Amino acid sequence: MNIRNFSIIAHIDHGKSTLADRLLERTGAISAREMREQVLDTMDLERERGITIKAQAVRLVCRAADGQDYVLNLIDTPGHVDFSYEVSRSLAACEGAVLVVDAAQGVQAQTLANAFLAIEAGLEIIPVVNKIDLPAAEPERAAAELASVLGIDPAEVVFVSAKTGGGIDELLERIVRDVPTPLQRPDQPLRALVFDSYYDAYRGVVCYVRVVDGSLNDGDTVLFTATSEKHQATEVGVLTPRAVRVPSLGAGEVGYLITGVKEIDRIRVGDTVSHAGRTVEPLPGYQDPKPMVYSGLFPADGEDFERLREALEKLRLNDSALVYEPETSRALGFGFRCGFLGLLHMEIIRERLEREYDLDLVATAPSVAYRATLTNGFVQEIRSPQDLPGADQIDHMEEPFLKAMIIAPSEYVGTIIELVQTRRGVMEHMQYLSPERVELIYHLPLAEVVFDFFDNLKSRTRGYASLDYEPLDYRVSDLVRVDILLNSQAVDAFSTVIHRDKAYQYGKRMVERLRKLIPRQLFDVPIQAAIGSRVISRETVKATRKDVIAKCYGGDVSRKRKLLERQKEGKKRMKMVGQVEVPQEAFILALQADGDE
Amino acid sequence: MTVAIGPPDSADLADAAADWAAAYVHIPFCARLCPYCDFAVVAGRDEATHRYVSALRKEIAMEPEWRPLRAVYVGGGTPSRLVPEQLGSVVGDLESRFGLADGAEVSLEANPEDWNFALADGLRQAGYERVSFGVQSFDPAVLKSLGRVHTPDQAATAVSVARQTGFRSINIDLIFGTPGETNVSWRDTVDRALALEPDHLSLYALTVERGTALSRAISAGAPAPDPDAQADAYETAEALCRTAGLVHYEVSNWARPDHGCVYNLITWAQGEYVAFGIGAHGHRQGIRPRNLRRLDAYLDRVEGGLSAEQGAETLDPWGREVERLLLGLRRIAGVVPGRGGEALLASLRGERLREAGVLGLAAGRMVVLRPLLGDEVGRAVLALQPGER
Ligand SMILES: Nc1nc2c(ncn2[C@@H]2O[C@H](COP(=O)(O)OP(=O)(O)OP(=O)(O)O)[C@@H](O)[C@H]2O)c(=O)[nH]1
Ligand code: SF4
Ligand SMILES: [Mg+2]
Repeated sequence: MNIRNFSIIAHIDHGKSTLADRLLERTGAISAREMREQVLDTMDLERERGITIKAQAVRLVCRAADGQDYVLNLIDTPGHVDFSYEVSRSLAACEGAVLVVDAAQGVQAQTLANAFLAIEAGLEIIPVVNKIDLPAAEPERAAAELASVLGIDPAEVVFVSAKTGGGIDELLERIVRDVPTPLQRPDQPLRALVFDSYYDAYRGVVCYVRVVDGSLNDGDTVLFTATSEKHQATEVGVLTPRAVRVPSLGAGEVGYLITGVKEIDRIRVGDTVSHAGRTVEPLPGYQDPKPMVYSGLFPADGEDFERLREALEKLRLNDSALVYEPETSRALGFGFRCGFLGLLHMEIIRERLEREYDLDLVATAPSVAYRATLTNGFVQEIRSPQDLPGADQIDHMEEPFLKAMIIAPSEYVGTIIELVQTRRGVMEHMQYLSPERVELIYHLPLAEVVFDFFDNLKSRTRGYASLDYEPLDYRVSDLVRVDILLNSQAVDAFSTVIHRDKAYQYGKRMVERLRKLIPRQLFDVPIQAAIGSRVISRETVKATRKDVIAKCYGGDVSRKRKLLERQKEGKKRMKMVGQVEVPQEAFILALQADGDE
Repeated sequence: MTVAIGPPDSADLADAAADWAAAYVHIPFCARLCPYCDFAVVAGRDEATHRYVSALRKEIAMEPEWRPLRAVYVGGGTPSRLVPEQLGSVVGDLESRFGLADGAEVSLEANPEDWNFALADGLRQAGYERVSFGVQSFDPAVLKSLGRVHTPDQAATAVSVARQTGFRSINIDLIFGTPGETNVSWRDTVDRALALEPDHLSLYALTVERGTALSRAISAGAPAPDPDAQADAYETAEALCRTAGLVHYEVSNWARPDHGCVYNLITWAQGEYVAFGIGAHGHRQGIRPRNLRRLDAYLDRVEGGLSAEQGAETLDPWGREVERLLLGLRRIAGVVPGRGGEALLASLRGERLREAGVLGLAAGRMVVLRPLLGDEVGRAVLALQPGER
């Protein structure tokens, strides 16, 4: 069998999913009737936001110019930096990568990042310039940039329009010609890589596998090497994109495996599947994706805690990057400290919890994981400000750093350098990709990047800069915990661990916001920001002085009652923090990121 | 001799009023609509006064017999836009229908610009002996922003005319906290009102009611009343009234001994009253009927021999207990705690209100010690559950 396995990789929005549409269409995998834009983006949120969140594998069959039929296993990957681990996983199941660049935008940060991933994985790269139909397209320039990044001849670049379908035939030919045939060793004992999995309510866990050696047959008893779990393959098949059952998946093929396992935690993505009873060398697996940011999620209504737990369990079935553990907050009650790949990931999870599981949530300020080395030598990970031991027990603290890559038109270098300086960045490298475009490499604290760095970068460069980053290391840092006190009582939900230089700014901003958000009470409510016992900022919500309906409207006494009744309903959405009534929204609004820096 | 003998804030008086009967008559006609007003009023419909009075009389005639009235209150709108014969006929009808108790309070509201000897004298002949003037302010600028047309001098004259024609009890209504009103202006207004030696003073904070011109203006950016400035004004007035010998007996009301407003005492005591005219609300046997609010609909129905009632509210026993507290706690005399009061005192919110010095317990009565925060108590009462202890 002629097999070609490849991923489509690119910077966000450069047209991967649309290109996949054309390939599906051209190979007849999908009928005109079933066709819709970005047909592989099946989740509601993917369709609404117009982005790919989860990688999708699909099998196509095409007849090439040589008259032969080829099986193409295509994996469409997400472009957003939060989901770059999906790209790495997908690449491990392939021999080739179609690297797409938008003809109007040229090489961007994730173009480079993904290109490096493909090169590291030893894949054959097919350079593609897409969107050549755009009026603003500069295909030659984009091709030149791509060629220089990859060190190839610009003549090798394929020009396509995923919108009009132009160049698709040529691309198919190039895939057939250039993507290496997988090494097929059917006689070897079975080794298959689980490169993804999802949970199906009826069929249990569905594993996406790439068979490397041997063959995987319906009914085989298989062993998951890492977990030592033995199961029967109750179904194997391929995605066309509809799941189609097949008797067997041969070496080099990509498909799915169902074993009837219902608990997703029993299957590990990156694991090697072999035949029970045969000892094999496991394939190089994956590192579990590491959460970048943590945030506490609490049900607005304390009664919903169990429902939140169930919802998180279900979401985790299809999203192993989501991690969570129970957390208790004095202000917010019982909830979970959740780890996310980034703010987009966090937003998506929150939105899914609220929409698909009808939960009303309060989220605490997102924070990165710090490390505290204690005076007794222990190293403790600090995922929540609450985890931080007293200052006297801490020897020193470290914070995670990133290697960040920024690509921008050269005229913006000045403003970028300025921005990065305010974020405690250290420049490592700067290089002109072309006379007009610069690549900047920085080492930056994660905490300075994940929240609003990109928004700031975009607004300073009128949207022309792109950003990619990857974890680097931990560095010693002067970190402090800022507590926010209402009426002298710390509200854990508002505490944050932050660099000392930023503490005052954070404290002042929170205190000012809260003064506006907290309604007047029967007594003066001091709002303070403090580091330990040192107050760094304070405001006061003055006591209510007048709260009474002046008049009893003639004999209409029910009117007053109804008015009060309405006000009382409003008060229901209050949380008590000590003696202070704090509206539910105050938690959300006070913690909202702001663009006004 | 009035039935409201004694200090207006006396607990005995406050409680006794629960058993008294009253009648309310609504006269909706006004010269123009004040921007803050959301009563059932009409402007430019004076041609309908005659029909309206006839309808009122018919409505009174249709009302089932009842007990003698301790108070008749003719409110508005602007009752003083009618002639004494009209206003007199209504009182006459009420008297013949229900009877008037000895010393019953017969009261009407009047605007200073309407008031003159002939009117005052006529009303006295017709049996009115208490008048409440909508003075609102003695500051021309404030009067203007309230949309009032009378002058400070007209207000002063009206009071003296009432005095000379033998009105036994005279009230002055003032409004404080109008945006733009300074503390100096307000102090002067209160001083000038007190100089007229009224028997009764009602001081209302300007309130922005939904759907009024004022509320629309504020939405469009006009300044809103400032609750802190209103609190200042209230405290200023409280001190001035005390010095002048007026007794504070309800959130917004002060009176000399023997001059507590009987009709109001009845409403705050959850007492009973019949009510006539558009938008009027009655209260009998636990039922609170309300009349149609639109003038033409009202006239048509009553002229056609039909009831003007648009609906009625009936509360369950717990609802009535809550209502008793909401109303009774407006009085400085407070309430006998009863089932609801006990529950409030035992509740967490009640405890917080006591700690904050808003709610107090004195001589077996529950009182709001800081009347300006009365609604904090009101909401705490509403939040109680029937079973709560
Ligand atoms: N004019 C034009 N628009 C295109 C072309 N290809 C894609 N687009 C548009 O570009 C936008 C992004 O396309 P997608 O296919 O969702 O891009 P993607 O790379 O899959 O995006 P992510 O999965 O979020 O990284 C959509 O609005 C497409 O319609 C093209 O060849 N020409
Ligand atoms: S005069 Fe009185 S009732 Fe008439 S509109 Fe003005 S405030 Fe309202
Ligand atoms: Mg996509």
